[in-house]
Amino acid sequence: METSLPTHSDNHAAHHGPAKGIKRWLFTTNHKDIGTLYLWFAFIMFLTGGAMAMVIRAELFQPGLQIVEPHFFNQMTTVHGLIMVFGAVMPAFTGLANWLIPLMIGAPDMALPRMNNLSFWILPFAFLILLMSLFMEGGGPAFGWTFYAPLSTTYSGDSTALFVFSVHIMGISSIMGAINVIVTIFNMRAPGMTWMKLPLFVWTWFITAYLLIAVMPVLAGAVTMVLTDKYFGTSFFSAAGGGDPVLFQHIFWFFGHPEVYIMILPAFGIISAIVPTFSRKKLFGYSSMVYATASIAFLSFIVWAHHMFTTGMPVAAELFFMYCTMLISVPTGVKVFNWVATMWRGSISFEVPMMFAIAFIILFTFGGFSGLMLAITPVDFQYHDTYFVVAHFHYVLVTGAIFSLIAATYYWLPKWTGVMYDNKLAKWHFWCSLISVNVLFFPMHFVGLAGMPRRIPDYSIQFADWNQIISLGGFAFGLSQLIFLALLIKACRKKGEPVPAKVWDGAEGLEWDLPSPTPYHTFSTPPKIK
Amino acid sequence: MTEPNTSNAVLVKKLVLAVVCMFGFGFALVPLYDVFCDLTGINGRQINRVDASQTQLIDKSRLVKVEFATFTGQLSGWRFEAVEPFVSVNPGQMKAVKFRLVNLNKDTANIQAIPSVSPGTAGLYLNKLECFCFEQQLINPSSETEFVMQFFIDTALPKNIKVMTLAYTLFEVENQAVVYPAQEQNNDRS
Ligand code: HEM
Ligand SMILES: [Cu+2]
Repeated sequence: METSLPTHSDNHAAHHGPAKGIKRWLFTTNHKDIGTLYLWFAFIMFLTGGAMAMVIRAELFQPGLQIVEPHFFNQMTTVHGLIMVFGAVMPAFTGLANWLIPLMIGAPDMALPRMNNLSFWILPFAFLILLMSLFMEGGGPAFGWTFYAPLSTTYSGDSTALFVFSVHIMGISSIMGAINVIVTIFNMRAPGMTWMKLPLFVWTWFITAYLLIAVMPVLAGAVTMVLTDKYFGTSFFSAAGGGDPVLFQHIFWFFGHPEVYIMILPAFGIISAIVPTFSRKKLFGYSSMVYATASIAFLSFIVWAHHMFTTGMPVAAELFFMYCTMLISVPTGVKVFNWVATMWRGSISFEVPMMFAIAFIILFTFGGFSGLMLAITPVDFQYHDTYFVVAHFHYVLVTGAIFSLIAATYYWLPKWTGVMYDNKLAKWHFWCSLISVNVLFFPMHFVGLAGMPRRIPDYSIQFADWNQIISLGGFAFGLSQLIFLALLIKACRKKGEPVPAKVWDGAEGLEWDLPSPTPYHTFSTPPKIK
Repeated sequence: MTEPNTSNAVLVKKLVLAVVCMFGFGFALVPLYDVFCDLTGINGRQINRVDASQTQLIDKSRLVKVEFATFTGQLSGWRFEAVEPFVSVNPGQMKAVKFRLVNLNKDTANIQAIPSVSPGTAGLYLNKLECFCFEQQLINPSSETEFVMQFFIDTALPKNIKVMTLAYTLFEVENQAVVYPAQEQNNDRS
């Protein structure tokens, strides 16, 4: 895709720079500012949730109860999960969408800039409420990020109302973000930017936005039912009043499984941008990537009960969900195949974004394999609710979603700031993260297969050695992210070599024709798409 | 920056409508789940309440073992047990079994027993004429009560089901609103 850039946009930016001071950030409707806000917010949440993971790993360093009480341990696992899912991964992808979608489709901004501001600024309040509930008498939510009834109804504390309220706000924020993405992609594409010319990041986000619109309201319904069951005497999930706690799990996972794809589809888009750049080849199988993404999104609605194999479903249902789940690995496999085929015989160079992308491809696929094991109904009876599941979803989420986010940051950060980040720090960050993340999560497979249950602050003595190693890996991974923090602060202070417009020589796409750093206003007149 | 044009507004309206519909869908799952479970009997909540006119010829060719499990759930100070832990019956054969409930507390309590059958589909073939689970039971303090449950297994019971378990869990009902009582829903099955 070659473009001729309207030179007009440079001097335009010089005329209307951003407002000064805090007001710039509070009232901004600029997609780049809002993208930056989302990304920093997500990073702060990542560190906050990470700190909770450190508490969890410190307690699990030895068998027995040492550091925290079981009830506090449960709050840590719960809030860690909620923060990482709704506070770190999802806002980070929304931040990237804000920054990149308008640049990639040649639009001057998001379609609904004021709603964009609102959808960001309600988020900090949601998490403030959630975090403050930890300090209430009786503590914060302790029922797991999945808030199964009756744990969240009959057995939960007074903070449940705050939990429900904050999940509602998070949901409203992501729904607004999703609406904005869809309207932008529909209506704001530069003339000539046809559907099958859209970069894959735009495509994957487009489909993700539909997933969000389909399932976030169902989550809102689920928390509302928990609220009324707990406080207003309804019995949606209480057998005493004619309800059924298993129904909760159906509703939750009807949201929950598409949700895990919400957290991975944009990652697929990122990897599909990075791998061709550093292989100096066109992406292999563009259209099959689009169709694979769409079929994953569709299939994600009919596999939810693979989280419920042990709830006593009839055999026919277990088989149905088992086969549908396995079916998802076909389009996922298509993607992995295409990335590898893109690298095949490419002239690959190993810049840091590419290193993270390759780590993603290998380790995410690994998480897919443990997913396939979990999808086999009879063996899931053994694996369910053990550390094996924890290993699975951390491979797909940490070395999957989070690694893709880090790769994206290294890939586009020079474009945003105009300076190359500290490459030495970046390499340290990569190697420390790569080694520690595997020390952290790989042995979880072993203790899981050996029967160590998840979400329990104590364990039997035979798991002690591995848990010590896991905890050490955990602390190392946590510390490694501080390298990233240092690097980001340095880059945002514009300390580094200035970069040209096309930061990576193999990069393609409209954003690389814009000057670096990206001007405050871009594409005020649409670019020409060839 | 572009002001939202009409086609933006139309699109936003459609998307908001989709959001509202999906919120509704979340709640619609509740009755849908019930209907689905009742039709297929898959979660064992299905209890058929029948009357004496619906009895069937006894199928002497096979015996079905019916086991009873009793749970006091979250209640403390209660003893709840089946007098016979299991019975073996021919399909179609009427059987009465006894359950004993002891309230060791010093308070009167309103008790609802919630039945559940496993395997789930067997619930479709368990016909009850009389059961303490049909109604809430007012139990006196420090008392012992015996309940009779009368049932027969439908002769249409699939041949591969040779054992079924009927479990009761006790709940104390204070002012819990009954949203959709599972028992009454199936009264009209005949
Ligand atoms: C080939 C693809 C995949 C398959 C076959 C698969 C299968 C499964 C199965 C069967 C479970 C339930 C295990 C149990 O609780 O016993 C599970 C759990 C989970 N999966 Fe996957 N999965 C796949 C990919 C993914 C991806 C891409 C993500 C997220 C990015 C993901 C995130 C999760 C999470 C978060 C859980 C645990 C939820 C919880 O109980 O807290 N999975 N997966
Ligand atoms: Cu799933």
